[in-house]
Amino acid sequence: MVEFWELIREPVFIVLKIVAIVAPLMLAVAYLTYAERKIIGYMQVRIGPNRVGPRGWLQPIADALKLLMKEIIVPGNSDRFLFLIAPMLSLAPALAAWAVLPFTDTLVLADIDASLLYILALTSMGVYGVIIAGWATNSKYAFLGAMRSAAQIVSYEIAMGFALVGVLIAGGSLNLREIVLAQQGSLLHWFWLPLFPLFIIYFISSVAETNRAPFDVAEGESEIVAGFHVEYSGMAFAVFFLAEYANMILLATLAALMFLGGWLSPFEGTWVESWFTWVPGVFWLLAKTSLFLFFYLWLRATFPRYRYDQIMRLGWKVFIPITIVWLVLEGAAVVADIGPWFD
Amino acid sequence: MDRFGNFLKSLTLSEMRKGLGVTGRYLFKRKLTVQYPEEKTPQSNRFRGLHALRRYPNGEERCIACKLCEAVCPALAITIEAEERADGTRRTTRYDIDLFKCIYCGFCEESCPVDSIVETRNFEYTFENRGENVMTKEMLLEIGDKYEEQIARDRMADAAYR
Repeated sequence: MVEFWELIREPVFIVLKIVAIVAPLMLAVAYLTYAERKIIGYMQVRIGPNRVGPRGWLQPIADALKLLMKEIIVPGNSDRFLFLIAPMLSLAPALAAWAVLPFTDTLVLADIDASLLYILALTSMGVYGVIIAGWATNSKYAFLGAMRSAAQIVSYEIAMGFALVGVLIAGGSLNLREIVLAQQGSLLHWFWLPLFPLFIIYFISSVAETNRAPFDVAEGESEIVAGFHVEYSGMAFAVFFLAEYANMILLATLAALMFLGGWLSPFEGTWVESWFTWVPGVFWLLAKTSLFLFFYLWLRATFPRYRYDQIMRLGWKVFIPITIVWLVLEGAAVVADIGPWFD
Repeated sequence: MDRFGNFLKSLTLSEMRKGLGVTGRYLFKRKLTVQYPEEKTPQSNRFRGLHALRRYPNGEERCIACKLCEAVCPALAITIEAEERADGTRRTTRYDIDLFKCIYCGFCEESCPVDSIVETRNFEYTFENRGENVMTKEMLLEIGDKYEEQIARDRMADAAYR
């Protein structure tokens, strides 16, 4: 009996840890949709959902229940297997990437050496879900959406990759935990300052990567109805929805980890530092992530959709040159030992 | 120089930031939402909602079946059939309004020489079965009886401008 427990102890603990990450994540996704509707509502001088539960707090639960109850309609001439597996293909990488994200110095599910590479690899996988969905649906709108999304994600992946290279050089490691620890010191030691252009480019590319407004040509409801998920309904649609929002949270957390010092307190190195020592690091990480998520929603409430060729121009002719120039400058700064970041 | 200025302007995202500033300010503005079933927006006395047929104070129906409303109706929503009554007056035997066809333009009310067909302020009505969209003479008269006070008050307030 004891031997058996010894045997399953490790897997059981891993599963429990996964649940401890995924369950709050799903809850966060649900309430991110609520926050989105509320904040965009407020920016449009209206109130937003406020009927289900006190102040509308149960709205996401009601939405989830509705989607669960709905029928999943599979179009007649679609590839049934691919049609149903596509949403899972887009959700799985968004969840799997969380395995390597450090929440504090010690709190991380899998502290692997090249966690940043792992994340780059997984986030690129997400596009397969979109492409397969567009293809399997066998509808021209879905196919157009999938093509747009594929081209867009591929071109922004490059700018994003270059931005991450900048972080690698500054952090001197591929491990996210060490990247955060390299930012220790104060608010001005965080990488947003020395890597400011890369920081902005990373954030804008991450908006484009998640196919969010103003880069949402893959959905483009005014042009191609709903893009790759026109024919999806019920839970299959909900899974795409979950994937999109889980990806948003993932990229926002990454931005917080790589550019805003992750779980490090913003008051580090100032005279009020001792007042905030009781605040757990996770809180700071969540606060910084929320800041980025708020920006996602803010951007969506503000900008109209980019034209397709403008998106391509921005990615290839603006972002990539800027990142390359900044990488060269950063390399020079590292060689010249310019403090406090590159020494 | 101008090109360089434009280049700098787009590189620093200055117009984007301006746009974000506008939405950021609106985030804190007072909200204009009217919480509908609890709060309602004010209504004009010329509001054109659900139709009604009115009666004279002695209980006699006003409609004389002149069919002007049927003729003027741009949506052909009104159907009237008329016959001579036992006392020799001309009255309708059928007065139907199809509310699915009706566009609530108010021409029927304007054309009516005896102020019989009117549009009330009621806009909150629903149909649950097919066929309920056709309002018959009895239903219209009933609505008229129910809202007569309000109808009379609204016509009175508007009388000077008609």
